[in-house]
Amino acid sequence: MVATDIPAPRDGMLRRISDALMRRPRLFLFLLLGPPLLWLGIVYVGSLIALLAQSFFSIDEFTGLVKYEFTLKTYGELFRPANLDIIIRSVLMAAAVTLTAALIAFPIAYYAARYARGRWKALFYIAVTLPLWSSYLVRVYAWKLILAKEGILNWFIAKAGLTPVLDLVLSIPVIGGPSLSISYIGTYLVFVYLWLPYMILPTQAALERVPNSLIEASADLGGGPGRTFRSVILPLALPGVIAGSIFTFALTLGDYITPQIVGISTLFLGQAVYTLQGTAGNIPLAAAFSVVPILIIAVYLTVARRLGAFDAL
Amino acid sequence: MNGTPAVRFEKVTRRFGDVRAVDAVSLAVGSGEFFSMLGPSGSGKTTCLRLIAGFEQPDSGHIEIFGETAEGVPPYRRSVNTVFQDYALFPHMSVGDNVAYGLMVRGMAKADRRRRAHEMLELVKLSGLEDRRPAALSGGQRQRVALARALVVHPKVLLLDEPLGALDLKLREQMQVELKALQREVGITFVYVTHDQGEALSMSDRVAVFNQGRIVQVGTPSEVYERPSSRFVADFVGGANVIDAATARQIGLRPGAYSLRPEKIDVVGADAPPPAAGRRGITGTVAMVLYQGAVRRVQVTAGEVALNATIPAGGPELAPGMAVRAEFADSALHPMADPW
Repeated sequence: MVATDIPAPRDGMLRRISDALMRRPRLFLFLLLGPPLLWLGIVYVGSLIALLAQSFFSIDEFTGLVKYEFTLKTYGELFRPANLDIIIRSVLMAAAVTLTAALIAFPIAYYAARYARGRWKALFYIAVTLPLWSSYLVRVYAWKLILAKEGILNWFIAKAGLTPVLDLVLSIPVIGGPSLSISYIGTYLVFVYLWLPYMILPTQAALERVPNSLIEASADLGGGPGRTFRSVILPLALPGVIAGSIFTFALTLGDYITPQIVGISTLFLGQAVYTLQGTAGNIPLAAAFSVVPILIIAVYLTVARRLGAFDAL
Repeated sequence: MNGTPAVRFEKVTRRFGDVRAVDAVSLAVGSGEFFSMLGPSGSGKTTCLRLIAGFEQPDSGHIEIFGETAEGVPPYRRSVNTVFQDYALFPHMSVGDNVAYGLMVRGMAKADRRRRAHEMLELVKLSGLEDRRPAALSGGQRQRVALARALVVHPKVLLLDEPLGALDLKLREQMQVELKALQREVGITFVYVTHDQGEALSMSDRVAVFNQGRIVQVGTPSEVYERPSSRFVADFVGGANVIDAATARQIGLRPGAYSLRPEKIDVVGADAPPPAAGRRGITGTVAMVLYQGAVRRVQVTAGEVALNATIPAGGPELAPGMAVRAEFADSALHPMADPW
């Protein structure tokens, strides 16, 4: 039986182009990757290198002008007590935010990856990304109102009769303050809220890729839930958690708006960079400050790799 | 079957939504037996296996493993182990660590579990691959690692979920021989799920044939093959011909349905002398001849009836359209109590 009434596939310009590309897979790859690679190479890596270069210059203390000579003096300035304070404060904050985000994100991501199906899964994606639909600035201000002394959270705590507990927490030196919106605790809470989606999504993606049979195999071989979590689920989800932690860590270190709105007047790394490159006009020191998060994350990834965090990839 | 059964099901039902995946199944697997669950996909055999492993809980009925109630017991407290269809090897662990996992979980010292893992890998002929990652192994090797990992903890029952399904034919046949030998060597009860009747027949002590969540026949491979209890079993276990009541009357048999194995049929010319005493024939035409190396499969049609015959290669020339007679001994006919 040979069908004669079915016409041959239509021919056309686009088809001829795809014919040609099929015969030259390398050209096809080049056309696909060329533009984004150029963008990455010039705009992205290029600006990073420019930044790195700036950090090796210094500023003339008399004229306030940048001296374009190689020096490590600017890096030395990072170790001045005031600057070192900024770095340590920012890194501690970023670490606390990352750890908290990971702890909150994991159960949510686990539920979404292993149990949610169909409509519930759609609801999960909407719920997690919903905060990203609105302006970052508006959300931070909203949090300022929530955390303020006259805000809804205080009202709620007062109604629940927990004001003494809040006062006790706020009286803790360094992280406490006159109210939640004027303390490191407030800054920390807002950071955790802001970056949580960036932790949930990669963790969920990693958990989604863990086949159910691996979890069953662990139980089958005698592994209780705790053992299965430690030896199978966590190691396999770790690349996702680490990807998420890079987001939360770097975003916290780079943010210069949140600590300005919610928190006290001491500087965080992002604010230091912002003022140094702006009003102070000290681009070299701003650049040197910017290199700090890059270095920290490079060290973090190296350690994670050494510890076998990416073995499952 | 002597002593306490290794696995006993009593009217076990497992529903998924409106579907009864396992429908009031009762069975008993003897200790040390190689027991196969054979059936098409969706017939409930894998769910039965998962009920034994503890990954599923029955909606009703009772399950015992060596006399102990299994309902409500989590998988990690059962002395049964599973070889998964996709092997389920831990990708972030070496082969050695995969095999030693069950020992590690039980708190065995590192040196001890290394030694035992090594011994077990030797048993499945994989020694020397301890440090490899599962991703660096072939399908057959992964299958052996999965087997070693399950056996190293000395399960009372080993559950195998289509373990050879992903292997190519030659390797599959080789593994059938090895699995059977291994089962004799370790003396553990094997419950083996497969949809491949050849596999089930060649390895098992007994076979349970599943259809639509129920067991339709249990017996030794030869019982199931030679004396199928229903049309489904006759057809599924090796493609037997079914002679329905109408045809039976036509060729002078007592009313009822019969099964007739293809290899019991001779195809002779239509003008050959009439069948000898104790033999019968159906005259028809050759519809199709399939060459299969050592044998030929011939389909003979006579009106509504179509009979498949398997005859040795090298016999008389047969071509579609030829008038022939399909002949068989009366003793080759097996009456079936239940036509379906």
